Amino acid sequence: MTASTLSPAPVAPAAPQPGRRARRRQENLAGYVFLSPWLLGLLGITAIPMLISLYLSFTDYSPLIPLTEANWIGLENYRRMFTADQSYWHAVQVTVTFALVAVPLKLAAALAVALLLNRTMRGISVFRGLFYLPSLLGGSVALAIVWVSMFNRDGAFNSFLAIFGIEGLPWVNDPDWALSTLILLAVWQFGAPMVIFLAGLKQVPVELYEAASVDGASPWRKFVHITLPMLSPVIFFNLVLETINGFQGFTSAFVLSNGTGGPVDSTLMYSLNLYIAGFVDLNMGYASAMAWVFLLVIGAITVLLFNTGRFWVHYSDNEER
Amino acid sequence: MRFPFRLAALLLILAIVLYPLVWMVGTSFKSPQEIVNNIGLIPREFTPGNFADGWNKFDVNFGRFFLNSALVSLLTVAGNTISCLLAAYAFSRLRFRLRGIWFGVMIGTLLLPGHVLIIPQYILFRSLGWVGGDWPYLPLLLPQFLATEAFFVFLMVQFMRGIPRELDEAAVIDGASPYSIFRHVILPLSRPALVTTAIFSFIWTWNDFFRQLVFLSDLKDYTAPVALTLFIDSGSENAVGPMFAMSLLSLVPVFLFFVAFQRLLVEGINTSGLKG
Repeated sequence: MTASTLSPAPVAPAAPQPGRRARRRQENLAGYVFLSPWLLGLLGITAIPMLISLYLSFTDYSPLIPLTEANWIGLENYRRMFTADQSYWHAVQVTVTFALVAVPLKLAAALAVALLLNRTMRGISVFRGLFYLPSLLGGSVALAIVWVSMFNRDGAFNSFLAIFGIEGLPWVNDPDWALSTLILLAVWQFGAPMVIFLAGLKQVPVELYEAASVDGASPWRKFVHITLPMLSPVIFFNLVLETINGFQGFTSAFVLSNGTGGPVDSTLMYSLNLYIAGFVDLNMGYASAMAWVFLLVIGAITVLLFNTGRFWVHYSDNEER
Repeated sequence: MRFPFRLAALLLILAIVLYPLVWMVGTSFKSPQEIVNNIGLIPREFTPGNFADGWNKFDVNFGRFFLNSALVSLLTVAGNTISCLLAAYAFSRLRFRLRGIWFGVMIGTLLLPGHVLIIPQYILFRSLGWVGGDWPYLPLLLPQFLATEAFFVFLMVQFMRGIPRELDEAAVIDGASPYSIFRHVILPLSRPALVTTAIFSFIWTWNDFFRQLVFLSDLKDYTAPVALTLFIDSGSENAVGPMFAMSLLSLVPVFLFFVAFQRLLVEGINTSGLKG
């Protein structure tokens, strides 16, 4: 198998290093051999479906008819989405509210607990592991079921309130409160960003704190002027990741509302709305248009985050961006 | 903050964080009356019957649903580790034409929301007769065998970049081809990245709901998460105990993985920024 790479090419001494050229050709071929599953996936699972989806977004396609019989309706789906579909705007509002509230709360909880854990003491890794556990379990249907039951009329949360003589609400059935229970579920999973914060905190040079102590800085000033700037790349990383995840919430909203987005559309997350349009109402052309707007908005938010990041994310000089 | 306060704060937060899980375990052993009346964590009357009731609640029992979930998850693990390993080797070690462009495309797909592709994929797989066909899991598994989880490709690329290049170069001098370098140098040294990928793919697939909800149409093919939603449909008060019992059972494999690989999981998200 290695004969070709070893051949010293005695027949053509004038040619510059033909063995090397053969090797390069072999490497090029090998590159594509190893990449072939990924390339197939890119083409068949990602690129072609994306193009189909773009085409469908200009049609009235429904899975009840063959793809070839879908009617081209131009921008009608987009017009309807932006001007005539109230539940669409409702879903946008629910999703934005969810992301704007859940992401900062989750990151704040993650940072606060990471600061508490950022000490060398025994048992830290046990705490760290247990705080991380909800991040592993929290996205599941099983946990969403438990969460919803906990905030039911007879749930554990109301039993807890009853101890203080407060009469609770059926939180998950109340349009004003249902989304809040989902936000709490998201915040409860603060473990994953916490672990990342903790690793970031370990990288902050101790000398900075020592120097500040010598200058008589208060803990608060140290936090604001040392910890936050030094941690800003990690905060940024978590912010991007959690925001993108936040916009894609689906499972908990599906479980709470049994797939309807209720009560009164109060948990109609964007993805759930898209699922209902495509797989319940079988309006796949319309749902494809929703998917494309979603993709563009997520892309725009990512670009926006990266652009604003320049103003507040501090990278050490010796660190590559 | 002084040590006792710090510890007290941590313990309080831990209690809040673990409460839902403990409550879940307690409730799955409570009788229907106790679920409404007993606000405590521990059931007065131990009711293991919830597990038998939940197990046999639907026409297909939960053993089948768990087996289905295990089948999908394990095959996903196989697909992800193999296909992402191959792609990562190409990206991190081989020089080939357009490599930079393909790598950029791969990074681009990292941020691509899966929900955007679900409708055209559904149409494509359905037109091939794969949805609800003889191979109900093909739509769930095929993408995993084609390295579409860019997260894992990226994770392994990062890992392989850390393997000293001198090893490859020595092998090249010995006349090794790119294939034998992969087989004898990179593959054995990539074990930690493979294990991390395997564990995360198992847990994510085991917990996944959206794709399984869309692509599975026959009750007998349902995975555990899809089957659990049937309890919500049935909705009666008497179903709460069994519903909790089955929910609890469905979390056991993830919990065991957590216990066995806690260190690796925590370090895994550190090195790669993976989401748990």
